[in-house]
Amino acid sequence: MSDKILETTLEVLKEDAEGILADWIEQADEDGAKRIDLFSEKEERDQAASLLRSFRLGVRDASKDGEFDLQDEHWADLRGILSEITHERVERGVLPGEMAALILALKTPLFERLTEKLESDPERLIEEVLLLSKAIDAFAIYSNEVFIAEREQVIERQRDEMMELSTPVVELWDKVLTLPLIGTLDSLRAQEVMESLLQAIVERQAEVVIVDITGVKTVDTQVAQHLLRTAAAVRLMGARCIISGISPKIAQAMVELGVDVGEVRTRSSLRSALMDALTSVGVAIRPINDDKRNAK
Amino acid sequence: MNAAAIYAVEGVLLVSITSDITDTDIIDLQEALSKRIADTECRGVVVDISALEIVDTFVGRVLAQLTSVARLLDAETYVVGMRPAVAMTLVELGMYLPENHTALTLSHALDKMRQSGLIDGLRRG
Repeated sequence: MSDKILETTLEVLKEDAEGILADWIEQADEDGAKRIDLFSEKEERDQAASLLRSFRLGVRDASKDGEFDLQDEHWADLRGILSEITHERVERGVLPGEMAALILALKTPLFERLTEKLESDPERLIEEVLLLSKAIDAFAIYSNEVFIAEREQVIERQRDEMMELSTPVVELWDKVLTLPLIGTLDSLRAQEVMESLLQAIVERQAEVVIVDITGVKTVDTQVAQHLLRTAAAVRLMGARCIISGISPKIAQAMVELGVDVGEVRTRSSLRSALMDALTSVGVAIRPINDDKRNAK
Repeated sequence: MNAAAIYAVEGVLLVSITSDITDTDIIDLQEALSKRIADTECRGVVVDISALEIVDTFVGRVLAQLTSVARLLDAETYVVGMRPAVAMTLVELGMYLPENHTALTLSHALDKMRQSGLIDGLRRG
């Protein structure tokens, strides 16, 4: 093995940077990685040029060092630029596959030039191609990781926003609160729900709380556990908790799971829970008689 | 014993716990309270923990014990004024206090006791 790894690659990159850049962009275009609708010709070129430049610097430092390790500091610059460009592309709606194709397209122009240079030394050629290919693959994977991280951030943000929207505690009547739950109930949300519910009990001096799970898609043991804990906390506060909106299906599922609701009251509909709640605070709903209605 | 005081209010014993209560105070309280229940033959105890900001398993257990002791002496215990954070902690610790009655405030507890006949109905109004 030669002392200076990727020496020829570095030479090629130095000698014909412009040519490689042009070929690269052309190759990317052929591979379908170019998005004319999202990026102008110039932007595309600038991004590719800065990637290529830091790639060359990385190769240079790595070949000086004599060791090839993608975690090295030599490649930090490239990683920075790569994540910057990836970030920009995510925002404009480039697909992760396209981004990877763009990076992988760099192989063709580099390999072509290496083959020309090292015609007489096939062993060396294979060695360099192997390393180079490894490096480029690694950066394609890295850009993919950046992509995923960006997406995860978006999801995280949306979840936070959803969390704020999804715990409305409504006062139905004096001393009667209701909390309509919609969607899924994971631990984080259950905590949030419990906090806002208990806070509301103190603020409104509520005596009865109806937790309506009509909008909860599935009830597994964990969700049931969260519900029962919420009910227990409500009881500790000195209010009563009614869980309503338990569909026949959910009732069966809960029995199958062996969930014991204990003393917590359950009702099939919000309607019957409301009747129950109003009765216990001494209020009744009844129809007004016709004379009164006509008078209005 | 300053951290927890026992008052006789409307035929029930009101125990008010302050935030700086220590473990020994709680044990003293348990003793004093059981004595008072036996002496006065009252049938209701209200434990006001609205000043309590932090609970641990010890406090939770003592609350449950107070209730059990009171029940043996034929008195029902209401825990009132629990803060949301305290309720969440107790649930988190798995202490659901199933023996205790609970109410939002002292007046809620008195109402409930009247309804269940623990307090003399003549005192009302």
